[in-house]
Amino acid sequence: MQKLRSIAELERLRSRILRRRNGTKKYVSVCGGTGCHAYKCQDVASALEGEIRRQDMGSRVELKVTGCHGFCERGPLVVIYPEETFYQRVSPADAVEIVSRTVGKGEVIERLLYVDPQKNRVARSEAEVPFYRKQQRIVFGKNGLIDPTNIEDYIAMGGYTALPKALFEMDPEGIIEEIKESGLRGRGGAGFPTYQKWQTCRSAPSRDGVRYVICNADEGDPGAYMDRSLLEGNPHAILEGMIIGARAIDAHDGYVYVRMEYPLAVKNLGVALDQARQYGLLGQNILGSGFDFDIKISRGGGAFICGESTALMASLEGHIGEPRQKHIHTALKGLYGRPTNLNNVETWANVPVIISRGAKWYSKIGTEGSKGTKIFSLVGKVHNTGLVEVPMGITLREMVYDIGGGMRNGKKLKAIQTGGPSGGCIPESLIDLPVDFDELTKAGSMMGSGGMIVMDEGTCMVDMARYFTKFLTEESCGKCVPCREGLDRMLDMLTDITEGRGSEGDLDLLEELGGVIKEASLCGLGGTAPNPLLSTIRYFRDEYEAHVVHKHCPAGVCKALITYSVDEAKCTGCRVCARECPEGAISGEKKKLHVIDPAKCIKCGLCRDLCKFDAILVSWERWEYD
Amino acid sequence: MRIDASKVDRIVDAYGCHRDSLISILQDVQAECSYLPEDALKRVAKRLKLPLIQVYGVATFFKAFSLQPRGEHMVRVCLGTACHVRGAPAVLDEVRRQLDVEPGETTEDSRFTLETVNCLGACALGPLVVVDSEYQGQITPGKVKRVLKQYMNDGRGK
Ligand SMILES: Cc1cc2nc3c(=O)[nH]c(=O)nc-3n(C[C@H](O)[C@H](O)[C@H](O)COP(=O)(O)O)c2cc1C
Ligand code: FES
Repeated sequence: MQKLRSIAELERLRSRILRRRNGTKKYVSVCGGTGCHAYKCQDVASALEGEIRRQDMGSRVELKVTGCHGFCERGPLVVIYPEETFYQRVSPADAVEIVSRTVGKGEVIERLLYVDPQKNRVARSEAEVPFYRKQQRIVFGKNGLIDPTNIEDYIAMGGYTALPKALFEMDPEGIIEEIKESGLRGRGGAGFPTYQKWQTCRSAPSRDGVRYVICNADEGDPGAYMDRSLLEGNPHAILEGMIIGARAIDAHDGYVYVRMEYPLAVKNLGVALDQARQYGLLGQNILGSGFDFDIKISRGGGAFICGESTALMASLEGHIGEPRQKHIHTALKGLYGRPTNLNNVETWANVPVIISRGAKWYSKIGTEGSKGTKIFSLVGKVHNTGLVEVPMGITLREMVYDIGGGMRNGKKLKAIQTGGPSGGCIPESLIDLPVDFDELTKAGSMMGSGGMIVMDEGTCMVDMARYFTKFLTEESCGKCVPCREGLDRMLDMLTDITEGRGSEGDLDLLEELGGVIKEASLCGLGGTAPNPLLSTIRYFRDEYEAHVVHKHCPAGVCKALITYSVDEAKCTGCRVCARECPEGAISGEKKKLHVIDPAKCIKCGLCRDLCKFDAILVSWERWEYD
Repeated sequence: MRIDASKVDRIVDAYGCHRDSLISILQDVQAECSYLPEDALKRVAKRLKLPLIQVYGVATFFKAFSLQPRGEHMVRVCLGTACHVRGAPAVLDEVRRQLDVEPGETTEDSRFTLETVNCLGACALGPLVVVDSEYQGQITPGKVKRVLKQYMNDGRGK
């Protein structure tokens, strides 16, 4: 491949690719996201490949393994284009029929279609699946259409049309102005206006003129994976965004800091960088514009704190990932002491969309203060879990019931957690809250990177607060005292409460301690760490009091406060639980009622899990409520 | 374990011998040796002209690095939020009981190392246990024994 030296050459290439592809050729897209990988989608892909060869269909159909399609719950997913026939839970054995019937004769295989359980309606294409219907996938949508390791796929889909515009038709100020008008705010957590950072970085003095742009792909929120899916599935969108940003800021060196737990993301990104360089879209004199820019991948060690801007830059320089005080922002003095602009993966991926479709179009999506869309990982106790991209301002109700398909196992919705360890739990009573930066903050949570974990009555809020506090205690770098010591104490107190040793006054003390940690911590980790605790005390004080005063866990989660027993009416005396109990705590003869010895029981839950008759009961000591 | 200095050199050179690649270098060394031997750390420090304490600091800062040799099979239990709400703690307890080790430790016979991780990006399938690179989705305490059994009597590796 010869380097492209002008817009005209790029456009000629694009029409060549399109002409070549514009046959009657169909293509079969197999989702290769992490979720589908876990369902062994690679076996499905190789079965399809084998069938295409065996049935001699190679000239009529092309197989593509793409990035994540989002509907992870139903994987492995296969979509056949141009009809967009949507198949779910596909197994390698289905390959014969998919190739002979659907590809060969255009027939639809009923049993592989998605059936909406609520309305009992069959969906033939993605667009008919309720999970996708309320989504607006302007950033994430291309994932299912392109092979991330083939730059021509991205170009064929209209990729790299924003870049020439930014290089030849706009000046740096114009680009920043366009981003300003679009209303784009950072998707990495705090929602800081993107244009403002770019502006500051651009005008910051640099002793040798060096400036950096960095893509934050550390994705530390345990329960969010949208950045990973974008990197794996559509890396060129991120690169294109970064090149445009670099041009606006006048930077020539870029980094992508990606956590090492994401090997596929690193690999696909590496391939994308190589291809972009080969095509002259990265490196010296990009598209003949005279602008130079290149990007290096830097693998992070997967520490939550390394997502924080100053810690990330310390880590990039080869130091321990500890943050510093931010009297001087990284936009002024960042990596190696030079002005540095850091944005999140999804923020970067929004940039080409804005430049090519225009700020006016973009700013029509969303709410007054939060423009555009946001990708969420909708997970937990809802029916349909996966990655969803929705316009800002959508309500939690639409997220849980329309997209999520409602709660599993007929349980009741209790709370929705957003913002990861820095966020909070929003109670069911606020279900009509529109999801945008400001509304979530007002409710005591935050947007964060986009985790949305749905919880039902079986989730204990005290346990959740303890879970996040434990996570943060482990991830705290230990540099400042309020965060290191404060979180430790907070965890001790929460552990006491969940183990029945809480005492009156604990809640007030916890709130006070939370306030201090928030105020006095060095960086954003400590500054937001008390949020899970404070938001759950705010909305679920009763539940805390049940633990503290009555030593009782209403959700039946906290081990020290529950007991296991056998339901006399349901036990058949099958001996499975007695055999498997690791402590030998269950006794009983065959076909006779079994009993659990509470002195030996360690409440591991194995018996409850193994009992086919649902005969193990979890209960708590009934306290006399006075 | 003695590590061949030229192996480390090859890795260091592949990254242009620049300190902004320290983590990537350590990761590749770990992939090669399954852990970070002392000799390797010294060599990396020397090549990058960094104080050994800094390399050691970085190697111990991140949970993903291990300064101890690891077992034949890696068992990783996800404790991310989505897996947590679906019952991951009980799964971890059962894995601990079955292997008789705590997270971060290796079994006496060096067959298994147990680790916990935060989110593997397959939250829709939680609770999740990954053995080597095989994902085991929707694991309950009752399924743990069966999953681990596959790896217990398999001679060597997979
Ligand atoms: C403890 C902590 C962890 C963070 N983790 C991430 C992360 O994993 N990914 C991310 O993009 N931003 C993370 N951030 C936010 C970054 O510091 C920074 O604000 C963001 O990357 C800026 O990009 P944006 O303006 O595009 O959002 C974290 C912040 C803190 C305080
Ligand atoms: S929380 Fe376990 S995979 Fe995401």
